Amino acid sequence: MLRLGDNFITSLNKVYGIYTLGFLGFVILMAILEVAGVSNTIIGWLFVAFTVLIYALIGVLSRTMQSSQYYVAGREVPAVYNGMATAADWMSGASFIAMAGGIYLKGYPYMGFLVGWTGGYVLVASLIAPYLRKFGCYTVPDFIGTRYGGNLPRVCAVIILVVASFTYVTAQINGTGTVAARALQIPFEVGVWIGLAGILFCSMLGGMRAVTWTQVAQYIVLIIAYLIPVFWMSNKLGYGLIPHLAQFDAVSRVQELEGLLGVKELLPTAEAQAEAGKLAALKVGINDASATAMANWKFFTLVLCMMAGTASLPHVLMRYFTTASVKAARQSVGWSLLFICLLYLTAPALATFTKLSLLDPTVATSIIGKSISEVSNLEWIQQWSNVGFLKLVDGNGDGILQINEFFMRGDIVVLATPEMAGLPYVISGLVAAGGLAAAMSTADGLLLAIANALSHDLYYKVIDPKADTSRRLVVARVLLLFIGAAGAFVASLKLTSILGAVAWAFCFANSGLFFPLVLGVWWKRANKAGAVAGMIGGFGVGFWYLYMVQFGGMTPWYGIDGLRFGMIGMPVSLILMIVVSLMTEEPDQETQDMVDAIRVPKGKAVLAADH
Amino acid sequence: MSKQIEHWGKTKSLLWITLIIWAFFAFIIHLFGTSLNGSFPGAYYMAGQGAQLAFVILTFWFASRQNKIDEEFGFSEDD
Repeated sequence: MLRLGDNFITSLNKVYGIYTLGFLGFVILMAILEVAGVSNTIIGWLFVAFTVLIYALIGVLSRTMQSSQYYVAGREVPAVYNGMATAADWMSGASFIAMAGGIYLKGYPYMGFLVGWTGGYVLVASLIAPYLRKFGCYTVPDFIGTRYGGNLPRVCAVIILVVASFTYVTAQINGTGTVAARALQIPFEVGVWIGLAGILFCSMLGGMRAVTWTQVAQYIVLIIAYLIPVFWMSNKLGYGLIPHLAQFDAVSRVQELEGLLGVKELLPTAEAQAEAGKLAALKVGINDASATAMANWKFFTLVLCMMAGTASLPHVLMRYFTTASVKAARQSVGWSLLFICLLYLTAPALATFTKLSLLDPTVATSIIGKSISEVSNLEWIQQWSNVGFLKLVDGNGDGILQINEFFMRGDIVVLATPEMAGLPYVISGLVAAGGLAAAMSTADGLLLAIANALSHDLYYKVIDPKADTSRRLVVARVLLLFIGAAGAFVASLKLTSILGAVAWAFCFANSGLFFPLVLGVWWKRANKAGAVAGMIGGFGVGFWYLYMVQFGGMTPWYGIDGLRFGMIGMPVSLILMIVVSLMTEEPDQETQDMVDAIRVPKGKAVLAADH
Repeated sequence: MSKQIEHWGKTKSLLWITLIIWAFFAFIIHLFGTSLNGSFPGAYYMAGQGAQLAFVILTFWFASRQNKIDEEFGFSEDD
C-alpha cells in the first residue's frame, strides 16, 4: 500500500500547493452545488466529510514504525512548514471560534489574550526551544529527566504535562463536538465521538510525522476559512478592501454609537438577564483602555500568565524538536508567530465589523433600534435562537430592541457572521470546516504529547527500559486510544466552557514547568532537588489556589482569579527552586558539561537520535 | 573554553535586549492605553495589532542575531 516516501520532503511546496488549489476548487464546487439547489445540510456534510477524509488519508500515508519518525517526525521538517504546523497546533477551537466573540462581548480587557498568546513566542524563541532542540529530547519530560537526573524529576514533569494537556484536550474535543453537532445536525455527544475518531486517525499510525503533515493541511483550511468571510464582509459592507487597515475608522464609529445607544449605561434588567440565562448582552466599550490600577494589574497578570504558559506547554515546545537544526528551530518560531498572527490580527477586525453591522442604524443589517417583531423574523436570528445561541428579551416592553435586550453567546460572532452579513451558505460550511480543523489539530498535538510522555518517559524510561522499539510504539498507540477515549468521555460531561479550561491549562503548565525549563538552560547551578521542589511546590500551590477560588468559595487575592492562578504558582516555583538548589549540592561535572553542550548549536546532541 | 564564555556572554546580552523590547510591547505600552487614545484608537491598535507585529519582527530579528553570534564563534551547525 502507498506510503509517503523520502522524496516527500523535497516536494512539499508542490504537494501543498496542489492541496490548496484542490481545496479552493472544492469550495467553488460547493458554491456551484448551492446555486444548483442542493440543500444546506448536504453541503455541511460534504465540507466536514471531505476535509476529515483528507486528514485521515494523510495520517494513514504517514504511518511509521521508526521511533525517531514517530516521536519527532525524523527531525527533517523545514522551518516554514513547522511554522504552519505549530500555528495549527496552537490555534485551538478557542482561538478560532471564541476569540472574536470574546473581543466583541468583553472589549479591551479581553485583548490581553491576544497579546499574551503571541508574545509568549518571543520567550519560546529566546529562552527555551532552540536549546531543547539541541538537547535532542523526544518529549519535554525527557529534557527535565536527563538534565536533572533520576526518575523523580521525570515523573513530576510527566504528571504536570498530563494534567495541563488533558485539561486542554477536553476543551478541544468539546470544540470538535460543538462544530460537528452544528454542521451535521447530530447530538453533541455523538459529535464528540465522531470528532475523536477523526483525531485518532490522524495521529495513531504515524505519531508526530502524521500529526505534522495533517496539521499543515489543517492550517491551510482554517486560515482560508477564517479570512474569506472577513474580507468578503469588509468589502460587501463597504468598509474597505483590507479589513486589518479599515477597522480603525470602524472602531471610532462604534465608539460614537456606544454613546448614542447607551452601551455602558443601559444594562440588562435582572429579570431579562434571568430569562437569558448564560447568554450575555453588550455592556462594555470597544476601546476602554485600562484606566485604574486594578484594570492595569488584571491586564498585566493575564498577559504574563498566557505568555509563560505558551513557553511551557509541551505540545508547543515539542513541535520545535522536529526541525532539522537549532538554527531552523529559531527561525521556525518566527514563522509560527507570523502564521498565528494572520488569524489573530483578523479577530479584532471581525469583532469590530460585526459590532458595526449590528449596531449602526445606517447599515442595512443593523438590528438595534428596530422593532422586535421585525428582528425576530430575520432568518439568522431564528436559526441561532432555536439552538440557544441568542435571545431577544423585551425588558422594557416597548417593542423596540435596545442594546440591553439582545443576548448572545460569543461564539456566534464567528459561526454566524456569514449569515448575519447575508453571505451564501457555502461560506458557513467553510467556517464549520475551519473550526473543526482548528479544534482537531490542537487535539492531535495534545493527545500525542500526553501519549508520548507516558509511553516514552513513564513506560520506557522508568518501567521497562529494555522494551524494544516495536513494543514501545505499540504501547504509545494503545495509550493514545485510551487517553483519547477518556478525553471524549470528560468532554461529553461539559464541565467548563471552552475558554475556562484553556486558560487553566496555561496556568498549570507555567506553575509547574516554566522555571524548571528556563533555569535548566540558563542556570547551571539548578539541581535535581531544586527542580523537584519547584515543580511540586509551584504546581501544588497553584492547584490548591485554583481549587479554593473556583470551588472552595475563597475570595481571589488582588484580582488573581482562576484564569490567572499562575501568578501564585510561578513565584512559588521560582523561589523554591532557587532556595532549594542553593541549599543542596551543585550538579556534577557531567551535568554542567551537558548544559555547556546545549548552549552552542555545534556538536552532537546530548541524547542520541534513537534513544 | 574562553571562547565559549565569550559566546555565552554575547548570547546573554542579546537575551536581555530581546527581553527589554519584549517587555515594552507586552506590558509597558499598555499601561499608557488611555493616553494612546485620541482621534485614532491607539490602545485598541497596540493591543490588537501593534504589539503582535512587534513580536513577529522581534522574533525574526532575534533569530538572525543569535545565528550570527553562533557563526562568529564558529559554533553554528555548519561550521
